[in-house]
Amino acid sequence: MFKLNEDKCLRCGGCVGICPVAALELTETGIVCNEEKCIKCGNCESFCPVAAIKIEKDKK
Amino acid sequence: MRDVIIVGAGPGGSAAAKYLAEKGYDVALYEKRQEIGAPKRCAEGFSLAGAKEFNLDLPKNCIRQKINSSRVYSPNGNFVEINYEVDGGCILERKVFDKWLVEEAVRKGAKVQAKTTITGLLKENGKVVGVKGEFFGEKFEERCKMLIASDGIESKISRMAGLNTACNPNLVDSGVQFEMAGIDIEDQKKIYLYFGNEIAPGGYCWVFPKGKDIANVGIGVLGRNNLPAIKYLEKFIESKKELKKGSILEVNSGGIPVGGLLQKMTLDNFLVVGDAAHQVNPIHGGGLYEAQFAGRIAAEAVDEALKRGDTSEKQLSKYNKEWWEQRGNHLRNVEKLKEVFKKLSDEDLNFLSENLKGNNLADFCEGINLKFFGKLLMKRPHLIKFAKSLF
Repeated sequence: MFKLNEDKCLRCGGCVGICPVAALELTETGIVCNEEKCIKCGNCESFCPVAAIKIEKDKK
Repeated sequence: MRDVIIVGAGPGGSAAAKYLAEKGYDVALYEKRQEIGAPKRCAEGFSLAGAKEFNLDLPKNCIRQKINSSRVYSPNGNFVEINYEVDGGCILERKVFDKWLVEEAVRKGAKVQAKTTITGLLKENGKVVGVKGEFFGEKFEERCKMLIASDGIESKISRMAGLNTACNPNLVDSGVQFEMAGIDIEDQKKIYLYFGNEIAPGGYCWVFPKGKDIANVGIGVLGRNNLPAIKYLEKFIESKKELKKGSILEVNSGGIPVGGLLQKMTLDNFLVVGDAAHQVNPIHGGGLYEAQFAGRIAAEAVDEALKRGDTSEKQLSKYNKEWWEQRGNHLRNVEKLKEVFKKLSDEDLNFLSENLKGNNLADFCEGINLKFFGKLLMKRPHLIKFAKSLF
């Protein structure tokens, strides 16, 4: 699961630009992740300049 | 039907809008944010030679500070200075500058609308023929002969059009910046850059003065690191007594494409400019000049295509060709230097700083005289394998 800390997110859109599967979208309120597209590569989490993103492993 | 729709009112989009409106085309420029120019994703440095080249008669309130030199620190605290001709650069106020660029486009006849989201594209036979948008809940559709994407690093429009402009995460700087007031600046006409793998892995910290006691204090770091960029920035500020007493007036962040130049930036009826096309100097991360340059030559290619009534990818590929001839090959050289630079240890950086003069550093940023750097690196045996790429 893609988890966004909206208090930290500055909505710069950098994560959207590096998402290899175009799963992220910059919206009025933050970043929205299409979980069906997301491959949980973690690129957005390691990129985020303000550590607003966490990719949590799905519970099975 | 519009002649041209441009999505994203940063400097690349507004440059294209201005040039095309000036030539008499019916141009619409849409910006998704509620305010053009804010929030900035930029350290606001711009060359006054660039302003001259683009015939920008910059109003005084666009310029916060004239700059005549740069000081580049190596990890051991030594530094090299680059002196420009009188007032070679400036620190802009992007909120004012971006709006002024758009005003200029409007004066030439472009129609501009903020807070307008492009939600989809109209396509026929797989080709882009218009946009679907939304303005305060009101949906609209608009057809066009040409669509230009200048929507920044996220470049949603390119992906909708069918051009994959996603950045390689290893080639994007993670950037964050505080605009700080109440700090001490030794010389407000000088910009300060700090290099070192401890303070800014793969990138650098910067202090860009916007007055005698105010500056953009920021950082760009590359690749997967132990800490997020903001933690490196906080550590940097904490380590400088002249900065740590300051106040934070604004926080900015962003991704800076530093490499991965696109071979193909066109489709039928479509092209992409600016950060969306990774048109950024890979060494210093500056994109203001590149975006406006690309906006201008994109406008020339679109003008020719519209005159011929042929906006096919083949016709528009003239933009690819021109951009690569005039900027791309040169930025590719800068990218080669960046590739080597990423591998340098702090000792290597200290060595470079001892052996470089200001004019060498200026060349370094512009990708000129690569052999000189190759020869210098050859003096460090463990760097020979990297140095070879510069010959």
